[in-house]
Amino acid sequence: MAGKVKWVTDIEKSVLVNNFEKREWIQVRESDDWNFYWMSIQTIRNVFSVDTGYRLSDDQMVNHFPNHYELTRKDLMIKNIKRYRKELEKESSALAEKDENGKYIYLDFVPVTFMLPADYNLFVEEFRKNPSSTWIMKPCGKAQGKGIFLINKLSQIKKWSRDSRTSTFVAASSGKEAYVISLYIDNPLLIGGKKFDLRLYVLVTTYRPLKCYMYKLGFCRFCTVKYTPSTSELDNMFVHLTNVAIQKHGDDYNHVHGGKWTVSNLRLYLESTRGKDVTNRLFDQIHWIVVQSLKAVAPVMNNDKHCFECYGYDIIIDDKLKPWLIEVNASPSLTSSTANDRILKYNLINDTLNIVAPNGEIPDSRWNRSPPREALGNYQVLYDEEQAQSENAERDLRSRSGQLLGSKVTKGSAGVRPAMATWK
Amino acid sequence: MNEGSEFSLNIAQIVQRLRGSNLHSQIERQAKDCLHRPDIKLESLKEDVRNFLRISGWEKKLQNAVYRELHIQLPPNHPRAPPEHLKEPLAYMRKAQASWEKRVLKSLNSMSTELEVPLARKRPAAEQTELTNKWNEMGTDEPDLSRFRPVYAPKDFLEVLINLRNPNRDSCEDVSAWSHWGLVQVPLSVRDIPQLRKAYSELSLNLGQLGIDDVANIHPDLFENSYVQIGEKVVMEQDSAAAQQYSRRGCPTGLRADLWALILNSMNQPQDEMHYEQLKAGVIQHDLLVDNLIYKDVKLTASNDDYYFVFEDFLYQVLLCFSRDTAVLEHFKYNSATPPKSFIHVGEEEHVVVYPPNGVIPFHGFSMYVAPLCFLYNEPSTLYNIFREMYIRYFFRLHSISSSTSGIVSLCLQFERLLQTHLPQLFYHLRQIGAQPLRIAFKWMVRAFSGYLSTDQLLLLWDRILGYDSLEVVAVLAAAVFAFRAENLMEVTSLASAEAVLADLSTLKVMPLIQIFLFATAI
Repeated sequence: MAGKVKWVTDIEKSVLVNNFEKREWIQVRESDDWNFYWMSIQTIRNVFSVDTGYRLSDDQMVNHFPNHYELTRKDLMIKNIKRYRKELEKESSALAEKDENGKYIYLDFVPVTFMLPADYNLFVEEFRKNPSSTWIMKPCGKAQGKGIFLINKLSQIKKWSRDSRTSTFVAASSGKEAYVISLYIDNPLLIGGKKFDLRLYVLVTTYRPLKCYMYKLGFCRFCTVKYTPSTSELDNMFVHLTNVAIQKHGDDYNHVHGGKWTVSNLRLYLESTRGKDVTNRLFDQIHWIVVQSLKAVAPVMNNDKHCFECYGYDIIIDDKLKPWLIEVNASPSLTSSTANDRILKYNLINDTLNIVAPNGEIPDSRWNRSPPREALGNYQVLYDEEQAQSENAERDLRSRSGQLLGSKVTKGSAGVRPAMATWK
Repeated sequence: MNEGSEFSLNIAQIVQRLRGSNLHSQIERQAKDCLHRPDIKLESLKEDVRNFLRISGWEKKLQNAVYRELHIQLPPNHPRAPPEHLKEPLAYMRKAQASWEKRVLKSLNSMSTELEVPLARKRPAAEQTELTNKWNEMGTDEPDLSRFRPVYAPKDFLEVLINLRNPNRDSCEDVSAWSHWGLVQVPLSVRDIPQLRKAYSELSLNLGQLGIDDVANIHPDLFENSYVQIGEKVVMEQDSAAAQQYSRRGCPTGLRADLWALILNSMNQPQDEMHYEQLKAGVIQHDLLVDNLIYKDVKLTASNDDYYFVFEDFLYQVLLCFSRDTAVLEHFKYNSATPPKSFIHVGEEEHVVVYPPNGVIPFHGFSMYVAPLCFLYNEPSTLYNIFREMYIRYFFRLHSISSSTSGIVSLCLQFERLLQTHLPQLFYHLRQIGAQPLRIAFKWMVRAFSGYLSTDQLLLLWDRILGYDSLEVVAVLAAAVFAFRAENLMEVTSLASAEAVLADLSTLKVMPLIQIFLFATAI
């Protein structure tokens, strides 16, 4: 295709700009004709708003879906997952199977969560069932650990709601739900005695059919302060929150490694200390919950053909090696805290561009969204709905011919789960 | 003296050493207890008891204990040889080691005087409580350590090795001129490639290897799966000798922790845990000057390491306990080094004591001997025991002057010889531009590559150290790294640029390098 890609960004990060320049793309202004716009989530709102909205043409591409917040706002993600489970249940899908305690076997991957103030009564009911539990309060729309705090007494939440009515929360509470409250994972897996969470990057190129890719080079973010579950530490935010944005304020922040550990280190450690099978199962489960979260929002997502999105998934692993989805970020930080971080993020953008703008050519929104394997870089196919459906059809045939799979659904064995993804 | 009587002397020694052990009393108790069993008959008592000990696994445990003794104890010595010959048969090596020790100790003592920090002091009660409370988070402490400096760094030690000379040899007489190319000038016998090929036959090109034949694009059915199955069997059999043999071709990640423990016969029994708790109590009671050195070393090395920073607190725990462990002193019987002695004042009296209590003064980088083990053992007392066993079998040889084939002097010589013989042009070029290869490789070898390779690769290397019960492979890898980067190295014109070419080893795959160097080099 002739011509060079004209790009715009409102996020002046070197990892982006360097990647565009490497492709010899041409920087233009927002008011010019552009082909590729890497934008913040504030801008995407305008692009697709009814009043000011553009009409994107076939040669234009943006890095967000119009209503990505269905996944990336904490309250909406929870709402969509809850709805998804109910629908599967209604269809009596095998996925919605529950154990003897009434918990979903395959779909119990987000900590119990309520909206506040809307679900306050439901929350109180749940809290009273287990009064020694700790809960984490998060503002719905904010990222990077802002406005987060922990509570373990009902009185604290009463105080919060009183304060919020009278002061800074007026604006928020006059709008919709301001906060979500989630059961705090108080038995996190500790490595070297330290708590961590997992940051994984996931690329979605279309929701219907769903096509998504997992980036192999995720990392663990470690707390710089030791983890003790005692409540006296509740006030010390550094212990509990692993967001680098927060950790950077801790005294112990190390600028060489930035408290980050590669996923390959995690795998080596877990395989060495716990064995290969449980480690594989954990990673299969992580892939599983990412796919399920995307499937949960797929029906409500505006699957605009000009869009793709690279999400930052935050996952916590508990001491029984069960992964929990904490939240999904629409604009994962492109700031580099260390040299390695910079390389990682440069490569992340590079590999993303190679998939969504093949060969660095002018994008075509009607592209087939099936990049060749060698173009994937560090991405691997996580789920390809088209391919999975054709595989399913094949499997259905096989199961009808006697090799039944439904009866052999064993927990955690990824291979036999119905409608399994194709990441392997 | 004939071979037979030497053999029986060895047996007698091993029996004597095991007699005092915990295993001995355990087996004795088992034997007594089993007398109540119906299947033990009086008429065939001896047979039946033996049989019982075999089925119940105690015979295997005894075998493994004997196997350990055979590895730790030296090759048979002449019974009338003085004990220092067990430490080091060559007088000039003993002398060099002794004078090095003197230097190190002097530097430690002057640090104590200059900084007015006593070698040891009892902690006041409040401080003891504080330390007890933060035992698991010592890394959060930020004491001012700017005044403390490592007692020595590997490069100081290298200078000593370079100046080693055998007084009985006049170097002018030496006929083979190439031996003057290198930095190490002592006549020790090291193996050449044909000999190494024989010794390391399991690494040859036609045998499957972990670290080569288990990579993603090779189907696991070809090698990996069946190899892992054998490994599982070895673990189940609990046989040290089999585990050691198996480790030569690499340990699967999921089995490595068990296999290494088996090879080292370090099974972390309740008494080991108790011992560890006692050491911990010792740390809490007394503050030692060397604690600052340990603290400083961890901060300078592991805390800034992409792989190991996570384990900072484990490293303090293990190293502080290690410094108090008098059981480590046992290994000085066969280590050319001698535990340093200091004077400690108790009231009016002056006492001569071994200092630090384990006899090992840590140097810059010492914590890297422990760091990789943190990937395998997440329980501090197990981690501790494995490390101690690794130290008293292998690592001590990397920082003491001896003629042992696993000793650092031999490794240096071996490295230089391999390069001189097989890459003479490269060696000559580097020497001409003032970049003696050993000056670059020494730091790798002193740490057995810990902190230089990525952890998965390092563990594959250490598999072979354990498997062949020798550090020789470390020197082979160092030479292989030079061979691998030879083309780039031929182009450099200074020590700094040579160092730059070899600065990052974290992307290297060690087994292909070793295999190609040993088995595909033209000889």
